[in-house]
Amino acid sequence: MLPEKLRSVSVDLNNDASLLIDIPDALCERDKVKFTVHTKTTLSSFQKPEFSVPRQHEDFIWLHDTLVETEDYAGLIIPPAPPKPDFESPREKMHKLGEGEATMTKEEYTKMKQELEAEYLAVFKKTVQVHEVFLQRLSSHPVLSKDRNFQIFLEYDQDLSVRRKNAKEMFGGFFKNMVKSADEVLIAGVKEVDDFFEQEKTFLLDYFSKIKEATAKAEKMTRSHKNIADDYIRLSATLNSLSAEESTNYYIIKFCLKLFQNFLRVCLKKVEGRVASDEELKLTELLRYYMRDIQAAKDLLYRRARALADYENSNKALDKARLKGKDVSQAEEHQKRCLQKFDTLSESGKKELTNFKARRVVAFRKNLVEMAELEVKHAKNNMTLLQGCIELLSGN
Amino acid sequence: MASSSERSPPPFPDTEDQDVLDSEEVGGRDSDEDDGEELFMSASNTPLTKQDTPTSPDSQASDLMEDLSVGPPSSQTEKSAASSSPEEFVDLTNNLESRVAAESSSPEPSDEFFDILGSETQKVEVEASVKADSGEASSGGPDLPGEKTGSSSAAPIINLDNDVQPPRIGGKVIDPLAQILGDTPAADPKKPSSAVVDLFEDDGSDIFTGAPQSKASSRPEKGLFGEPDEDLFGGPLGAMSKKTTENEGKSGTAKAAGPTFSKPTEPADIFTEEAAATTVPRTSNTVNSKANGVHSEEDLFTEATVELSLDSPRSSRKNEETSKPSASSSSSSLSAPARQAKPPPAALEELEDEEEAELEDKFDVLVSVKDPEKVGDGMNAYMAYKVSTETTLPMFRNKLFTVRRRFSDFLGLYEKLSEKHGPNGLIVPPPPEKSILGMTKVKVGKEDSSSADFVERRRGALERYLQRVVNHPLLLQDPDVREFLEKDELPRAVSTQTLSGAGFLKMINKATDAVSKMTIKMNESDAWFEEKLQEVESADQHFRKLHALVESLVVHRKELSLNTANFAKSAAMLGSAEDNTALSRALSQLAEVEDKIEQLHQDQAAYDTFSFAELIADYIRLLGAVRGSFDHRIKAWQRWQDAQAMLQKKRETEAKLLWANKPDKLQQAKDEIVEWEARVTQFERDFERVSATVRKEVLRFEKQRTKNFKRQITKYLELLLQSQQQLIKYWEAFLPEAKAIA
Repeated sequence: MLPEKLRSVSVDLNNDASLLIDIPDALCERDKVKFTVHTKTTLSSFQKPEFSVPRQHEDFIWLHDTLVETEDYAGLIIPPAPPKPDFESPREKMHKLGEGEATMTKEEYTKMKQELEAEYLAVFKKTVQVHEVFLQRLSSHPVLSKDRNFQIFLEYDQDLSVRRKNAKEMFGGFFKNMVKSADEVLIAGVKEVDDFFEQEKTFLLDYFSKIKEATAKAEKMTRSHKNIADDYIRLSATLNSLSAEESTNYYIIKFCLKLFQNFLRVCLKKVEGRVASDEELKLTELLRYYMRDIQAAKDLLYRRARALADYENSNKALDKARLKGKDVSQAEEHQKRCLQKFDTLSESGKKELTNFKARRVVAFRKNLVEMAELEVKHAKNNMTLLQGCIELLSGN
Repeated sequence: MASSSERSPPPFPDTEDQDVLDSEEVGGRDSDEDDGEELFMSASNTPLTKQDTPTSPDSQASDLMEDLSVGPPSSQTEKSAASSSPEEFVDLTNNLESRVAAESSSPEPSDEFFDILGSETQKVEVEASVKADSGEASSGGPDLPGEKTGSSSAAPIINLDNDVQPPRIGGKVIDPLAQILGDTPAADPKKPSSAVVDLFEDDGSDIFTGAPQSKASSRPEKGLFGEPDEDLFGGPLGAMSKKTTENEGKSGTAKAAGPTFSKPTEPADIFTEEAAATTVPRTSNTVNSKANGVHSEEDLFTEATVELSLDSPRSSRKNEETSKPSASSSSSSLSAPARQAKPPPAALEELEDEEEAELEDKFDVLVSVKDPEKVGDGMNAYMAYKVSTETTLPMFRNKLFTVRRRFSDFLGLYEKLSEKHGPNGLIVPPPPEKSILGMTKVKVGKEDSSSADFVERRRGALERYLQRVVNHPLLLQDPDVREFLEKDELPRAVSTQTLSGAGFLKMINKATDAVSKMTIKMNESDAWFEEKLQEVESADQHFRKLHALVESLVVHRKELSLNTANFAKSAAMLGSAEDNTALSRALSQLAEVEDKIEQLHQDQAAYDTFSFAELIADYIRLLGAVRGSFDHRIKAWQRWQDAQAMLQKKRETEAKLLWANKPDKLQQAKDEIVEWEARVTQFERDFERVSATVRKEVLRFEKQRTKNFKRQITKYLELLLQSQQQLIKYWEAFLPEAKAIA
């Protein structure tokens, strides 16, 4: 296991000090998010040891696509492209909140607003993080870090002004995907020569479907957790207004309510909210990331399978050519090239997949440990608060 | 003197804080003492002007007042009902030994105490009867028999021409007694004792020297009454236990008189004795007169017990109500309202104490509703519940008994109770609503979680409802409640069916009520009520909102639990697909943890529902009942106002007739005026009584709510705490597994 493969979703563990990348800052302008990509390097291929460039999400996509399209990297797992920043849901909620302002008490409104702002911030941070992780994975990869496009992406201090995909290309991309999946079905019949890949293929297919399901479920779970946190906010606001209006004669009830309300606000809302966001970060994100990563690995397998199919086709073509006695050398050449390509792909693919497995295990371990620790921490926080509350209540 | 204050609405303490109340009470008390004295004076005057008979009740009353002191504001009421309190005293003293020996274990006398003294309504009624009696007295003897015969054995006595008084006293005693008897039996031993303490403040402590119950709260008042109490109590005590401190001679007479009274069956005796006893000591010493009164009443009391124990409180109440009007014109009755005006603060204070006592109270009647069971099939199916009652009260035949009741029986009980007690301003705890949807589901027989949930919710709500009913000191006395708890078979409550004719009538009634509620514009004279009403309304709103929120919390929590379960499943799948052994194990561990957490969430959802949402739902219902009692008060007010308007009209007619000089019709008009005046007074009193009751009930309700809320919230928090502890355990167990991933 290579040390630089010790990469996980939420960590910045770059042991290779020759190329350090991070995104210290990002600016959100309407739909566009501008990331400041900061690079520190000792590599001579860069002009300066340290520099920062502004990049947009589309630039990342461009980088990813060029990497995928590069023939030489067919044997590599190209790190999955970061997902498009999604600020829609908090924005929509904000909008809804604005509409419903009349029906809410002022306090409730401010609370909800704060909550939404926090959510927005969390989404923002997450977005920055996934982009950062993408770059870091590239930089820690022995081959990909040497990529010219990657270096340009890091260094070129002007706007990259990547040409946005036009409609035709979009359609082309879609078409290519169709072809690819059809092709996948076609070449599925090709007999696998290597047990390792055979195994790996079935595993990845299975794993992918499982992890996809798990991700969906985890997302749902976190969402309901968030709902509960929201409920707590509203509850605490209502209790607050109730205790404010409760007759002053009955200070005990007032006290109870107040306490209860405080408890809800401080403890449940915050903790529950944090549990939700931590679960989101540690579990859902992990699953989501690996879902994409597996997709990338599957792509690798596909490319290899494609090469295998090509090789077999070229074999057949060679046989045919030999039979007919013409273009034999050309066919031989082609067959040799295909074999070579297939062999390199197999070799690097094997290495990549092994790395991937190790990386996955490490990432899971780290995240699971962290999640368990956080859960314990939150539960303990909750408990202390609850105990305090009960003591206060029974003491009065 | 008192006539001016009498008409004004009861001087309730303003709605400020309880502290203020206290101070006010002190003030009220003072003024009352004055009143008492004045009364006394006037009373002793009146005898001269009239026959000397009327004095005896009055002076007795005022004597009592003086002595009792006296003080305790609450005793004013009693004073007016002088006759009834002393008898209790005697009872007390009778039982003194046993009482001192085992204070709380002798519930009988204390119950009486409680009932008469501790509860407003009765007090008011007692007063009312007194008023009525005295009123009759002044208006002439002949009236009396008619009223009295119905309820008392005193009828023959009335023929005794030497004194109109005795029968009156008898009647007086009997009426309250009837009440007492009807209502008495149960109630918590502690409550009574606190009430006693309240009423007799030091007396209380005097009587039961070393009585453990004598509340600290009564102490402050002690200062106010010094000697008199001791005198007073020295008196009766002496009469009973030969411990007289002063007035030896007089108490001697009392003693002498006492024994003769011990033949309860001979009313004539009583009266002669009474007359003698009252005339002799009264002139010189109040204590003695009291002692006398005490004796006679005690006897009467025992007698009354025999005769009236089966009378329902209601009938006696009615008697009093009808007899009230006659009181309006008499001078002695004037003093009564004045006195009556005071009770509220007394009641409030009393209530406070009572509630405080109740705080540590373990209920004497513990009701549980268990084992919901479906009876029958299809749409005729219904749920039957086992209602078990555990009690230490002697009013029940057994300590533990169980009956089977169906839901409509619960509703029927409520209907009866609210019909009986609602108009008096009591807050009758409401049962859970009918739910056609929920019940249909149960009927159809789907064994899913939602119908089980429904049944469990309803069971809990029914249990709390019944417990509230039996916790209410007055409602517990209701024969219907007892029947509900004890009787094996109940007649089927038909009127609760939504589609029945009765249901239809009810709907119409509700509609007319709603209309009249809108049309009645009451200019609230009492800020307390206004404020409370507002408070109740806003609380209602808030609780409704809260309830909706908690319900949505429950829904979300259930969702979470479902989603957690789903995730647990897919995590397990992922674990099985994983080819790294350690990671695979960790994942299946994670699945297990999530599975457990799912259970936790489910439990939490149940807690949310049962200890939080249901609590709030209960309060929404109760707040509705509180509002209902406010409505009843307004209705009483409306009746009063209507009567007043009518009276005004009659007066105008009279004036017209006078002007037109038509003497033949004039007499009729005058009669009508008298009649309507009486009615106005009665309605006004009704209104005051209802107001006082509502007030007391609201305070009681608030106290209970506070207590209940605190308990429930603590419980809820504890449950939350538990689940958090579980959570910690689960995750901590998972941690090494996660770390073991190589």
